[in-house]
Amino acid sequence: MSYLKPLFRHPKLPKNKLGYTLKEYEGSLSTLCAGCGHDSISAAIVQACFEMSVEPHKVAKISGIGCSSKTPTYFLGNSHGFNSVHGRMPSVATGASMANKDMVYFGVSGDGDSASIGMGQFVHVIRRNLNMVYIVMNNGCYGLTKGQDSATADQGSKSKAGSINPFQAIDLASLAIELGASFVAQSFSGDKQQLVPLIKAAMHHKGFAFLNVVSPCVTFNNNPGSTKSYDYVREHIEATSTLDFVPEMPEIKASYEEGKSTRIALHDGSLIQLNKLETDWDVEDRISAVNALQQARVKNEILTGLIYVNTEWKDLHETLNTYHKPLNRLDESELCPGEQNLQAINEGYR
Amino acid sequence: MKPTNTQDPEYYHKVVDCQYACPAHTPVPEYIRLIAAEKFTEAYMVNWESNVFPGVLGRTCDRPCEPACRRVRVEEEPVAICRLKRVAADNKGDVKKHMPQGPFEPNGKRVALIGGGPASLTVARDLAPLGYEIHLFDEQVAGGGMMRSQIPSFRLPEEVLNEEVNFILDMGIHTQFLTYVSSLKDVMEKGYDAVFVGTGAPKGRDLPKLPGRKEGDKHIHIGIEWLANVAFEHTKAISKKVIVLGGGNTAMDCCRTSRRLGGNQVKVVVRSPFEEMKASPWEKEDALHEDIEIIDNHVPLSFEVENGKLIGMKFQKVKAVYDENGKRQLLPTPEPDVFIESDEVLIAIGQENSFPWIERDLGMEFDQWGMPLVDELTFQSTLPKVFFGGDAAFGPKNVITAVAHGHQAAVSIHLFCEGQDLRNRPSPYTNLVSQKMGIHEWSYDSSVAIDQRYIVPQASKKLTLKDRKKEVELGFDVATAYKETQRCLNCDVQTVFTEDRCIECDACMDVCPTSCITFTVNAEEPDLRQKLLVPAENPEQDLLVSKELKTGRVMVKDEDVCLHCGLCAERCPTSAWDMQKYFYSVTKAHQMQAPLPQIQK
Repeated sequence: MSYLKPLFRHPKLPKNKLGYTLKEYEGSLSTLCAGCGHDSISAAIVQACFEMSVEPHKVAKISGIGCSSKTPTYFLGNSHGFNSVHGRMPSVATGASMANKDMVYFGVSGDGDSASIGMGQFVHVIRRNLNMVYIVMNNGCYGLTKGQDSATADQGSKSKAGSINPFQAIDLASLAIELGASFVAQSFSGDKQQLVPLIKAAMHHKGFAFLNVVSPCVTFNNNPGSTKSYDYVREHIEATSTLDFVPEMPEIKASYEEGKSTRIALHDGSLIQLNKLETDWDVEDRISAVNALQQARVKNEILTGLIYVNTEWKDLHETLNTYHKPLNRLDESELCPGEQNLQAINEGYR
Repeated sequence: MKPTNTQDPEYYHKVVDCQYACPAHTPVPEYIRLIAAEKFTEAYMVNWESNVFPGVLGRTCDRPCEPACRRVRVEEEPVAICRLKRVAADNKGDVKKHMPQGPFEPNGKRVALIGGGPASLTVARDLAPLGYEIHLFDEQVAGGGMMRSQIPSFRLPEEVLNEEVNFILDMGIHTQFLTYVSSLKDVMEKGYDAVFVGTGAPKGRDLPKLPGRKEGDKHIHIGIEWLANVAFEHTKAISKKVIVLGGGNTAMDCCRTSRRLGGNQVKVVVRSPFEEMKASPWEKEDALHEDIEIIDNHVPLSFEVENGKLIGMKFQKVKAVYDENGKRQLLPTPEPDVFIESDEVLIAIGQENSFPWIERDLGMEFDQWGMPLVDELTFQSTLPKVFFGGDAAFGPKNVITAVAHGHQAAVSIHLFCEGQDLRNRPSPYTNLVSQKMGIHEWSYDSSVAIDQRYIVPQASKKLTLKDRKKEVELGFDVATAYKETQRCLNCDVQTVFTEDRCIECDACMDVCPTSCITFTVNAEEPDLRQKLLVPAENPEQDLLVSKELKTGRVMVKDEDVCLHCGLCAERCPTSAWDMQKYFYSVTKAHQMQAPLPQIQK
């Protein structure tokens, strides 16, 4: 088996604003099963970071345990990474973000890591609206332990061994909206055209951005009867919108059909250009979004695209009113306010 | 675009850039892998089957394969294909036992070969095992043609040439050396079933109208004639100051030979700019290394003779000017004419065909330049029994082209003698086999080495300039050769795609290091080329396009910079991609079993 990727690249590989090619954003060669959806998501992250001209050293990847949580090795090899304890990625991400607010945080997790062992951490990181991109690579099974049903496996879905899942699935996107996530999207590993702009928008969103990405497990959950197989997902996918992410505020020249196009301005002035295919639902209205998800569930559809976004809620740093600089850039004058200030503070308690 | 027809034997052949560029289509990656495995005998035989003179070509080939090498497009320098071939020849074991073993059962047909160079010898090799009685005529003392008379021994030792010529002559060829054929009519009257003309381009160009040519004649020589005289030891010395006129490989051989025969101020004077000289870059380098001055942009005006003795030459200085079509013109500069001192001059400004021995009333048609009309596919002349090949067919080229002609002429002669249609030619010998050894294992070394091209060591100038026969290049040692073999990208191990198996997981597209693979909606070729991950802007390289897949897209692979690393196939969950070795051997009259299964250790 090849464990090293050849060093040659296409001599005409495009360069981004920093003069980097895709190569500078790649990681090691994947050791996941051939054809794993997770590898496609990794490639989408590489593509998004390349296109956004993110400086690799300003990104941190934090993960828990599982196939999904191995993937940070396979993308952004020049960025920071922390492979943490099972289900505890949100704690580490919270700590990292508190210490350095200037980085882009990718939390990478799976359905087991988030919906089972890490559920407690998952709900609380949402509640706090931590400024991060939280990606769940959702394959509906425990691939690393040979494919047992996970908590996101749909009721009635058939496993590779032939048993039917008797339990209700946890719908992570609905749950995230319910708990107050400020950016919720769903996508499919096999649809990079949708996934890449979603990741870019999520990176620019200030607050908790949740991406639930269905990612087929080719080895244990790609059989007929599974609701997370390539074939099933392709047949039941319902793309709700096409999405462009616009990093700056240019004039948008492409004309879209009247009344179906919405622009959502993010905190930093970037834009999401949303071209809706479904008109009866508003991505900026929580009730409407939850409603759309529930209706899709009844119809056995997998709703993909941007489901819900709220740009008004404060992220954790704003809520806590933290200092504007990352901790590692505080100098002595900022860390030691001086005797006068100390006395003034002490006076306040007398 | 329509799905690519990979059933066409030429599709995968074209992917193997080196083999496709080689006139004889030698399976280069195949023998490079054998060299890496130290199977030198087998590597030699793969060569011999295809190009007949591996030892000669491993030293002297014009290497059309090297500029074509894919490595040039992904890195810079090609694999040292030519010098690896020499490694196979230098280290081979007993190869003769793997060659067709005579005596062959006669088929009752007789073929005359006129000229004993590479083209004729190739015809002889291909036809002898079929039982033809072959008569070879040559004016020289031994076979080899220009390989013997024009290539100096310091580039091609006589033993190497003799060995490879004898492999063929020992197959029971009737040779008549020291026999100049002065009449085709006489040959035809002897009742041969076919006649092959491989007489080369034996006439060196002269400058008959240049002032002083006649007066200085004693000290002015035609390059190829002089080289032949040196080779056959009629000429053993040259004066100290020598001018060589011309910028091709013959000029390089002339100047380097002069250095060895006593010339110590040898100057090559050429009309064109240095970069545009016809000589191979490595030949120019070797000449410069031997303290030979190359003076470019000088057009000869006259030979200067004083008291019946040549004292030098006069030249006009020119510069190259190009019109908008890129056509070159050499325009005089205002600078004064230049006098260059010399005692002897060698004229190496090209060579021509010459057929004074073919009677014009035999019914053979010639064109306005005195060249016989020869069919480019069959090599048949307008006299059905007479075939041409090598330089004699379409003008001066090189050894490997002569070999390629020889193979095709032999096929034609055989079809002709069997009374079959010469245009209905047998298909090439092809084979496509999966290299899969296990889930992620290949039988070839799929990793891609980043090593830069290794340099072939040379013998010290002190030694080589003293002895005309001392070979300059020493050849790779086995250890360096191994390292060089690892630079080969194994382009003959094809990426074979099976649509029905693809589940469109995109894994191959994501992993491909050189972004060759794209899944996209189909379009016409120019659009499709622009739609790929990296636009396919090299039109000489094909696109591999699949049938429509489940989602309505197609798989498009740009063959241009594929590293043949096998990662697409390794990351494919359903084996829709497979790495399969393609073996292609050009149609020959006598097709040896390939890839030589009879060689077992």
